Amino acid sequence: MDWTALWLSLRLAGWTVVFLLPVAVIAGRALAYRRFPAKGLVEALVMLPLVLPPTVFGFYLLVAFGGNSPVGDLWQRLFGHQLVFSFEGLVMASVIFNLPFAIQPAQRGFEAVPVEVREAAATCGMSPARSLWRVELPLAWPGVMTAMVLTFAHTLGEFGIVLMVGGSIPGETRTIAIAIYDRVQAFDMQGAATMSAVLVGISLVTIALTYWLSARVGRRLS
Amino acid sequence: MPSFLSRRGVGAALAAGLVALCPLRLSADSEAPLIAAASDLQFAVTEVAEAFTAETGQAVRLSFGSTGNFARQIREGAPFEVFMAADEAFIADLHADGFTEGAGDLYALGRIAIVTPEGAALTPDANLDALEAMLAAGEITRFAIANPEHAPYGMRAREALISRGLWDDLQPVMVLGENVSQAAQFALSGNAAGGIIAYSLALAPEVAARGTHALIPEDWHEPLRQRMVLLNGAGPGAEAFYAYIQTPEARAIMARHGFSLPGDE
Repeated sequence: MDWTALWLSLRLAGWTVVFLLPVAVIAGRALAYRRFPAKGLVEALVMLPLVLPPTVFGFYLLVAFGGNSPVGDLWQRLFGHQLVFSFEGLVMASVIFNLPFAIQPAQRGFEAVPVEVREAAATCGMSPARSLWRVELPLAWPGVMTAMVLTFAHTLGEFGIVLMVGGSIPGETRTIAIAIYDRVQAFDMQGAATMSAVLVGISLVTIALTYWLSARVGRRLS
Repeated sequence: MPSFLSRRGVGAALAAGLVALCPLRLSADSEAPLIAAASDLQFAVTEVAEAFTAETGQAVRLSFGSTGNFARQIREGAPFEVFMAADEAFIADLHADGFTEGAGDLYALGRIAIVTPEGAALTPDANLDALEAMLAAGEITRFAIANPEHAPYGMRAREALISRGLWDDLQPVMVLGENVSQAAQFALSGNAAGGIIAYSLALAPEVAARGTHALIPEDWHEPLRQRMVLLNGAGPGAEAFYAYIQTPEARAIMARHGFSLPGDE
């Protein structure tokens, strides 16, 4: 059992959630309430990582963040190491790749907030920020919560992108999914079986927790 | 406090936050030098690294993959400190482009072998006669080699099959592993008639338990001159490991795993 790899995957998933929570709330709310030109295009862009093979995405990340790119070069000068093949690079890739999993459920959550309620909040003199915090978020919370748990669970299962931009570096980019792949190649079926079972367990618990939480929240609100 | 933030909600958020707020970089483990090693070294170099750690107390971090992929990743800035390639041409290119400290050292000469899974109809022979006969009879379902686009052991397997005149006939049943370890995995999974892999892998107990092998004549392909090099920015730990690979202790381990050693042949 490669505990370093499991811990790395959990940290990757945790950081991805931290970065995507505000994005999901702001973007999900905007997409739910606002009408603007090319809204369909923006929604399509958000959903794109869902249908694109991770290899396509990994390829563009290598080109965009690689050592020869302006972004990669800037990162190298700021932090003294490469962005690709580093944990930070994985976090960045993971944040972008999880956009649909974070924004979509949050958007559905905000769409479920009745327009009359929002108008009532505004009529009572609530500022938009106060309305978001006291009225909309409490109602949209199941959607946002689902978004975060899906993001967390999906990050644990990420494989293709990590393989392309990670390089299987122990303690840095060798996630649990990559470690399982490596164990199979080393004919260590026992190790692969243990890690796979642990991953199945964690994923199941995570998702069961969302259903339980959103059911509770739903009951209390109704 | 808004009503939706129940105690449990706060608890879950805190748990996620705690996981996340651990430092982005793991400092303790990143001290160990990072070694990129060709997949044929999967078992040999793991053993060398264990012996090195036992003797010096210094841990190393090993990453196995295809030589061509590692060469590409090193060019893109991967932080490896030692590169143990399966073919010296990749080292020469990296050296010419300024990615290495010096031209490196030859550390082993590899061989290829045909392997078949336990209980398969195909019995491996050095001349590949059984393979030819079964292929002619249409009885070969799948045959695995490493991807000859970027894996040296795949390139040598292709050369051997071309020189034996079987390459074209094998095309319809060929499956390609991303590296030679994966090719071995495919060959011995029971879903293929067999494959051509590194002799060093065929000898490993984990692999030998699953199949039988025969060494392929070395004049059928270009030699597998395996060269290693210290990459730019290699630390003292990496230098110590690099030196250790050339000691008699490490060479004995490599020899036991089926490699010929430079200076011995």
